[in-house]
Amino acid sequence: MRILTCVKRVPSPGARIVVTADGQAVDTNMLGFAVSPHEECAAEEAIQQIEQHGGSSTVMTLGPAAAEEQLRTIMSVGVDGAVLLATDGSDWDPMATARALATAIGELEAAGGEFDLIFFGNESADSGGYQVGVRVARALGRPIVSGIKGVDVGDGEVTARRDTASGAEVYQLPLPAVLAIKEGINLPRYPTLKGRLGAKKKEVTVIEAAREPGGQSMVTLVTPPSHETPTEVLGSGAAAAPALVDVLERIGVL
Amino acid sequence: MSTLYVVDHDRGEIADPVLEGLTAARALDAGVAAVTVGAAADGLAGALAEYGAAAVHQIHHDELRDYAPAAWGDAIAQLVESTGATAVLSVGSERGNEVMAHLGAALDLPVVANCIEIDPGDIWEMTRVRWGGSLHERARLDAPIKLATFAPHTTEAAPAETPAAGTAVEFVPDLGPEAAITRIVDRVITEEGVTLATAPVVIAGGRGVGSEEGFAPLDELAALLGGAVGCSRVVTNNGWRNHKFQVGQTGTVIAPEVYIGCGISGAIQHWVGMMASKNVIAVNTDPDAPMVTKADYAVIGDLHEVVPAVIEEIKRRRG
Repeated sequence: MRILTCVKRVPSPGARIVVTADGQAVDTNMLGFAVSPHEECAAEEAIQQIEQHGGSSTVMTLGPAAAEEQLRTIMSVGVDGAVLLATDGSDWDPMATARALATAIGELEAAGGEFDLIFFGNESADSGGYQVGVRVARALGRPIVSGIKGVDVGDGEVTARRDTASGAEVYQLPLPAVLAIKEGINLPRYPTLKGRLGAKKKEVTVIEAAREPGGQSMVTLVTPPSHETPTEVLGSGAAAAPALVDVLERIGVL
Repeated sequence: MSTLYVVDHDRGEIADPVLEGLTAARALDAGVAAVTVGAAADGLAGALAEYGAAAVHQIHHDELRDYAPAAWGDAIAQLVESTGATAVLSVGSERGNEVMAHLGAALDLPVVANCIEIDPGDIWEMTRVRWGGSLHERARLDAPIKLATFAPHTTEAAPAETPAAGTAVEFVPDLGPEAAITRIVDRVITEEGVTLATAPVVIAGGRGVGSEEGFAPLDELAALLGGAVGCSRVVTNNGWRNHKFQVGQTGTVIAPEVYIGCGISGAIQHWVGMMASKNVIAVNTDPDAPMVTKADYAVIGDLHEVVPAVIEEIKRRRG
């Protein structure tokens, strides 16, 4: 089986986000970078599926040359090869991103054979457009389902599970197929020292990405209004319990 | 401007953000028409009219008997062509964004996801959510047909001052069986009753809970209040609780009446998942934790002492 996982390099999630003076990017002077969380789980899922069914997996990203760092991280946990669609690092709209990815996938498949599965993250942590995977799948003429937290590969088909508030929905797609994966499907493994050293020797294929913009463009990034409200401190420790219950009573949830 | 509003529903049931989105769509175009896919949603026409839908396009086809994202996108694309709509909006829910992505791909047009404000015109200017809400983006949309979704929990759902006509108009698209290849084939029901996404009260635990067993008092408090238990990303990464309980950017986004964060520092990725809560109460040993400074009410102390004391107090008052 051949699996491709598409990932995105993003400023490390969880850190305080500061916008640059020109409003065109997140100030990353004080931030590290990471693979967007859903995609980290997508890559882990690819590794687990290959461990179970045999074959090989590849990771691909569209981003600046520095995104090689994320490709090596993914290879250090067990993905075999990597492709970098190199950009100048500017913000690409979802249509432009999807077109470049679909073109590159076509070339990779012409050279090395079809990918049985292509994994995306459900949405990128930074721009969160919720659509690149869908656009790529449709451009390739393959079925896709988003929000996937369970993957079971059978004979010529894949069963995919999406969580809902009350349980899960089950989808069954013929291969080749595309799935947009969500965090929680697995717990991504950490790279070992051996893995890191091995990843340094693996090849990263670099392709110059051709930009064909859609009609959506970013004007500027803005820090949202602060949510600071005065906090009423009800007290300390167990002694504050009656005051807290008073609040619940006042709100009307008791 | 001729606007369609795509209704996210599950076999005829809609969730709250759907009416929020319709309220926002109505503010952009008072003549907005709603779109429901599948005969199971026909019964929604009355509610949609109450929230301002001048017409309700009811898309009927045997292949649309259950949710199928690609087929929904294809069917709506045909409706757009047949009605000559110049804008299609929906809510930025899981299905809303998914269907709009399919529609955008089918029409080869851009889709701007999770907007909080739209300034229409020849070219639309909008503010949209990035990083789950910790950052905003001003964006421009230049396309012959404008496609966008509204971020959930940003507009208060409000019925129209005078209910709209909500005239039902049937539309039967041309779909082959291949369109429905991604239709749901089965459902697994694991949760009964109150769920995290819709619970009026959420008791959330973070690093301070310390272990899987540490959640027992939180479970008890949630049960007493008819609420649900949630958790932070640290908790799921430590394996103390399944990811489906995770509140935050990569988990569930909630907007309960009351949120009680226990031993949660309030990292931005968690905060954006619960900032729409009506009342935020923090229980934390650190008075400077972001969750405490941003909360409406706080108790400074160890959750393992505070939560059991709250449980006792509730039981005492209830006799």
